[in-house]
Amino acid sequence: MNNEPAAGNSPSEPGIQKSGAEIVIDALEKEGVEVVFGFPGGAIIDVFDRLNQSDRFEFILTRHEQGATHMADGYARATGKVGVVIVTSGPGATNTITGLANAMMDSIPIVVISGQVPTSMIGNDAFQEADVVGISRPVSKHNYLVQTVEELPVLLKNSFHIARTGRPGPVVIDIPKDIQKAVLKNYSYPEKPDLPGYHVQMEPRIENVKTAWELIRAAERPLIYAGGGVINSNAAEELLRFATETNIPVTTTFMGLGAFPENHPLSLLMLGMHGTVYANRAIQSCDLLIAIGARFDDRVTGKIDEFAPHAKIIHMDIDPSSISKNVPVDVDIVGDIQCILRNLNKMIVPCNTKEWVKQITEWKRQFPLWYNHHEDDEIIMPQHVIQMIDQLADDDAIICSEVGQNQMWAAQYYTFTKPRTWISSGGLGTMGFGFPAALGAQRGFPGRMVIDVAGDGSIQMNIQELATAIYYNLPVKIIILNNGWLGMVRQWQDLFYAKNYSGTNLTRPCSKTDAAQSSPTDWTNIDYVPDFSKLSEPYGCWGRKVTKRGELEEAMRECLACDRVAILDVRISREENVYPMVPANASLNQMIQGMA
Amino acid sequence: MMRRHIFYVLVENRSGVLARVAGLFSARGFNIESLTVGETDSPRISRMTIVVPGDDKILDQVRKQLGKLIDVHDVRDFSMETHDIVNRELVLCKVNAEPSQRGDIVEIANIFRARIADVSPQSMIVEATGSENKIAGLLKLLAPYGIIEVARSGRVAMARGNNESIQNARAVA
Repeated sequence: MNNEPAAGNSPSEPGIQKSGAEIVIDALEKEGVEVVFGFPGGAIIDVFDRLNQSDRFEFILTRHEQGATHMADGYARATGKVGVVIVTSGPGATNTITGLANAMMDSIPIVVISGQVPTSMIGNDAFQEADVVGISRPVSKHNYLVQTVEELPVLLKNSFHIARTGRPGPVVIDIPKDIQKAVLKNYSYPEKPDLPGYHVQMEPRIENVKTAWELIRAAERPLIYAGGGVINSNAAEELLRFATETNIPVTTTFMGLGAFPENHPLSLLMLGMHGTVYANRAIQSCDLLIAIGARFDDRVTGKIDEFAPHAKIIHMDIDPSSISKNVPVDVDIVGDIQCILRNLNKMIVPCNTKEWVKQITEWKRQFPLWYNHHEDDEIIMPQHVIQMIDQLADDDAIICSEVGQNQMWAAQYYTFTKPRTWISSGGLGTMGFGFPAALGAQRGFPGRMVIDVAGDGSIQMNIQELATAIYYNLPVKIIILNNGWLGMVRQWQDLFYAKNYSGTNLTRPCSKTDAAQSSPTDWTNIDYVPDFSKLSEPYGCWGRKVTKRGELEEAMRECLACDRVAILDVRISREENVYPMVPANASLNQMIQGMA
Repeated sequence: MMRRHIFYVLVENRSGVLARVAGLFSARGFNIESLTVGETDSPRISRMTIVVPGDDKILDQVRKQLGKLIDVHDVRDFSMETHDIVNRELVLCKVNAEPSQRGDIVEIANIFRARIADVSPQSMIVEATGSENKIAGLLKLLAPYGIIEVARSGRVAMARGNNESIQNARAVA
């Protein structure tokens, strides 16, 4: 993704006259954009007036601007290309803020083009005016308020360049209405950005690579901790070679799921708060930790002073400001992860890790992911649902998730083997991200199976995009792990707040007399709205509700085989929690391993 | 370790840059003691000198993040380096001055190589340039006469001798 698009990037013929709005359209074409997500309004209507004249890209009209940013984000995560959003001023732009923050936290390249009130009215509290560069500054990699039509072409060029290079991220370009109308006489789209202060170090310093090898050779218990940077730089192949030829075990972060095949014997699955016992044990026991494109997030490290206490640390990252941010490191290698791994692999030697791998294999046998299967009754366990998806979904299926328990069960129980098959809001934890992101991924890969693992809370946060899914024929499969709770908060209330379920119950008793009998733990005497399966009627999609374990497989098969948008409402065990769990800010040694 | 840091920042001369730079400090609750901005010999580039007291480790992270800003060409923390810097501040001080006191005030100004920028019937404006210690010394001696107002420019700073990284950054600019 760090490369400029090969096609469609030739400069325009010089001397063409174009309006600001036409320049925007030309820039999108030249940048190789194939799809734009968005929503119109008065301050962007000039761009829309030209938008439908282009046959080079498709416009997808969403039902909410937040949906548009998440779709662009999901599209970017699935394809590696820049996701593009066009919205109007004021509320249009402010509705993109959550999507921007989400893309910023997870380093996802999107460009948001927003209309702005005319230059002469800026600062006057004009109708639908908002200080968009001010509001979006802390949640974007960079942003621009365009001040003249002369600078518009190069700022568009800069925006795409900044979004896709280095540590990728969201860029906002705010264009006043008068500049969309203004005419530039001598227009040509620049070949290069004009960014003298922006430097991306791709190639690592060879001395640091050599020092890293000295530590790797000397280590007895080395461990690779791989993150989203491996996926962003398309380095999964290089990582696989590095790990297998050195025989060093690999644990991945939540953002790194898919960077290393989880069915590989060296895989320890995910680490951190809801990671496996053996991954966290390996972290606490290793004598060398090789962090590759990961940022030592607090959900990974737990109590920072007790993280990897016996380990020297090598940290590889594209972002120099990530180095020694949370944990002091012994060797840093700044550069593009793919470039770094290629350099490392040139000097590759096998390491003597036989004893260490044997130890870890023993831990894997002793402490597998575990849950009570309830095989004797009809209760549906959420982990079982994910395992069934894992079994029945296509090999190249893309799994998206919402945020909360559904997300952690999906991360734990689905076997990720390929990069860009896991799309989920990591850093920001945005409920409502999964479904629109799934639509973006589906648009990027119309032929592949795209599944949104949802919770009954999260799915309602952007459910309006069902109409978008139907209209543009994006047949995403929504599988709702419905427990009638805001489950992850409920889990914290269970464990740390004396079961005071304040503000987390999404159900109500059927009647006053039922209130006494209704249990917080099962579906008896419970009234729940909406019946998600019945959304099939107003929207014209497929829908079904499952309440018994025995019906699940047949319903799941039908859902996955459906050629339309499909909603499977699975009423799961209401009281199930996500384990193992390291309480916030506890050491990775202190795992809660679950209830029998 | 807590101490006073002096940041040198070369930035694009463009609207919004100041807010971006200041935002990195304010987001962490740091209060900027002084901040000066001015064009360099290239009209495209401005130079900022920022004085901010705070923890070394946190401000080192701020320095890295300043370097990451798209509009920042170069950033250094002078207080973390070994070599000497020249740092200066301009101060204007309006002080009570009856005609009989003018001679004494001029004498104090001369000792500090300060200038008399204005004389009015009841007051004078003293203009001085110098290091922090010198300015503090001058204000201390003027205080007994009754200081009416003080305007300070904030500090500007420059490393002594040849300075490769800064020259390289300028070459790019």
